[in-house]
Amino acid sequence: MKVHEYQAKELFKQYGIPVPRGGVAETPEEAKRIAEELGGNLFVVKAQVHAGGRGKAGGVKLARSVEEVYEVAKNMIGMKLVTHQTGPEGKLVRKVLVEEGLNIEKELYMGMVIDRSTERPVLMVSAEGGVEIEEVAARSPEKILKAYIDPALGIVPFYARKLAYGLGLTGDLVKKAIEFMMALYRLFIEKDASLAEINPLVITKEGNLIALDAKLNFDDNALYRHPEIAELRDIYEEDPLEVEASKYDLNYIKLDGTIGCMVNGAGLAMATMDIIKLYGGEPANFLDVGGAASSESVKNAFRILMSDPAVKAVFINIFGGIVRCDRVAEGIINAAKELEVKVPMVIRLEGTNRDVAMDMLKNSELKFILADSMADGAEKAVKAARGEI
Amino acid sequence: MSILVNKNTRVVVQGITGKEGTFHAKQCIEYGTNIVAGVTPGKGGTLWEGKIPVYNTVQEAVEKEGVNAALIFVPPAFAADAIAEAADAGCEVIVAITEGIPVIDMMKVKRAIREKNVRLIGPNCPGVITPGECKMGIMPGYIFSRGPVGVISRSGTLTYEAVWQCTTRGIGQSTCIGIGGDPIVGSTFVDLLKLFNEDDETELVVLIGEIGGTAEEEAAEYIKREFKKPVVAFIAGRTAPPGRRMGHAGAIIAGGKGTAAEKMKALKEAGVHVVESPAEIGETVARVLGKK
Repeated sequence: MKVHEYQAKELFKQYGIPVPRGGVAETPEEAKRIAEELGGNLFVVKAQVHAGGRGKAGGVKLARSVEEVYEVAKNMIGMKLVTHQTGPEGKLVRKVLVEEGLNIEKELYMGMVIDRSTERPVLMVSAEGGVEIEEVAARSPEKILKAYIDPALGIVPFYARKLAYGLGLTGDLVKKAIEFMMALYRLFIEKDASLAEINPLVITKEGNLIALDAKLNFDDNALYRHPEIAELRDIYEEDPLEVEASKYDLNYIKLDGTIGCMVNGAGLAMATMDIIKLYGGEPANFLDVGGAASSESVKNAFRILMSDPAVKAVFINIFGGIVRCDRVAEGIINAAKELEVKVPMVIRLEGTNRDVAMDMLKNSELKFILADSMADGAEKAVKAARGEI
Repeated sequence: MSILVNKNTRVVVQGITGKEGTFHAKQCIEYGTNIVAGVTPGKGGTLWEGKIPVYNTVQEAVEKEGVNAALIFVPPAFAADAIAEAADAGCEVIVAITEGIPVIDMMKVKRAIREKNVRLIGPNCPGVITPGECKMGIMPGYIFSRGPVGVISRSGTLTYEAVWQCTTRGIGQSTCIGIGGDPIVGSTFVDLLKLFNEDDETELVVLIGEIGGTAEEEAAEYIKREFKKPVVAFIAGRTAPPGRRMGHAGAIIAGGKGTAAEKMKALKEAGVHVVESPAEIGETVARVLGKK
């Protein structure tokens, strides 16, 4: 789960990680009031959306007076921000973060993830802050310093010391950087984060180390033990159909194509998308109805697929193992009747009682297009979506 | 031969009295698996289904019933604890079916069982089966038949698909393992390829990977260096958008890494028969076996 920058910074504060003073606003009036309370004559107004690349897209602006904060906030709130991560439709800005401007001496990078290969948390820093870290990684990987932390040991200071000296820090800044990294590690582990990124992490002219930006993602599987984190979910940032699907415990991801997919199991669901593409079609979604493909989940899946106007045909690909194919067929027939599905439905069932199931589908008054293999199903679905069958 | 489990495997089911545990334990017994004990803390001293003794701890099940393998169905919040308990009690094979274990829990428990003589499969997996001998998992038993093909996969139903394509062509399997869809799993492709390398019965391995992580690239390196048998591979998720989790917690292209294209390239370079379409797994296995 992703959270907003302002939410991440609140968590940083709880762990003693320095962030700029500031506050979040939903109206230009609130933004102005926050600026007045901050004082000074340099402010930053930042659009709060779940996407990177805000700066280049006009989602981060400087203001030199409280009046300018008001104007900037007025333009920003309600705008559709289009960054390289939002897609061409962009994201509606509902909130802005208003912060004090800082005297920046140098911009650094810091990040943390669980490294899957070593199965350890890895803390990463770079003196090349403020730019896309993937670019740095591609161009000069040696400029990213890493510490793979033994999970049994936790973050003992030497890991942080190694990185701080590696960055070329000296004097008091070394101590501040170590404290910063140890606090970030504690936050990451205690709250079950899956990614932390501070880009840039700045050294100010006054000699402080401050998280100018803050990005945190959390492990969905651990939200049950962090209700305070689960509360930070912002459903406005998610696709409405995906939100709807999550209510039914369906794994659904909206894509740009025209063939709606309904599959049991994540691997088979991905493979089904792939084979549609191989036959020249485009999948409209990823949808895993769960290994068991119960009639309830099939019905809910139809609801979601039918709410997407781009869907021109549906490809149902179910491997009935423990759950018998005739049960699945029954669920499909009932759901298709009840929901009056209008688009062509290509069905491929394999596994226990497949032949009985195929007969049931053939003999129902609904005009299912039956397929006898995954490849056959994909080919027929592509044709059906083009109106060729 | 086969790997990991066989007719002599004595299994304890942790969480046997739960809904999932009960359902699947019955299916495993029907298949012929020696389930000799169950564990549910607080229900020790009772009999499950009137026949199988239930214990409060895995340790007791090991001492009294001589179990050497554990099959875990406990809910995600307690699953890491259950894995650690089974390892501590001396189970040599642990299969964790549970989906939804926090990754930090898995990271810690895997670190903790490192020194033990234990092979953990999963979590978030369909389990392990040696056809005709032992089914430790939730896969439909009838789709498997005995033969020369080893299967290692990150997926559930896609594995069934691949196995079915083989079985219907008259090609059986030695052992099939679903390693799980999580970012951190007990056994990797490499861990299991090493076992298949030494298994006389296995003549070919089917490897089913998916986007996310680098386990397939590591497998490719190992195959190139040491693996003696032909490998047929399919990688799911060529059409998956970057940055989105495709159902499995581990199936995500992050920071431009973990794409299907990279994995397919690495495997091809290692001499693996990489199939483009999931519908071609069975026929490719048949062709490669026929060539030998």
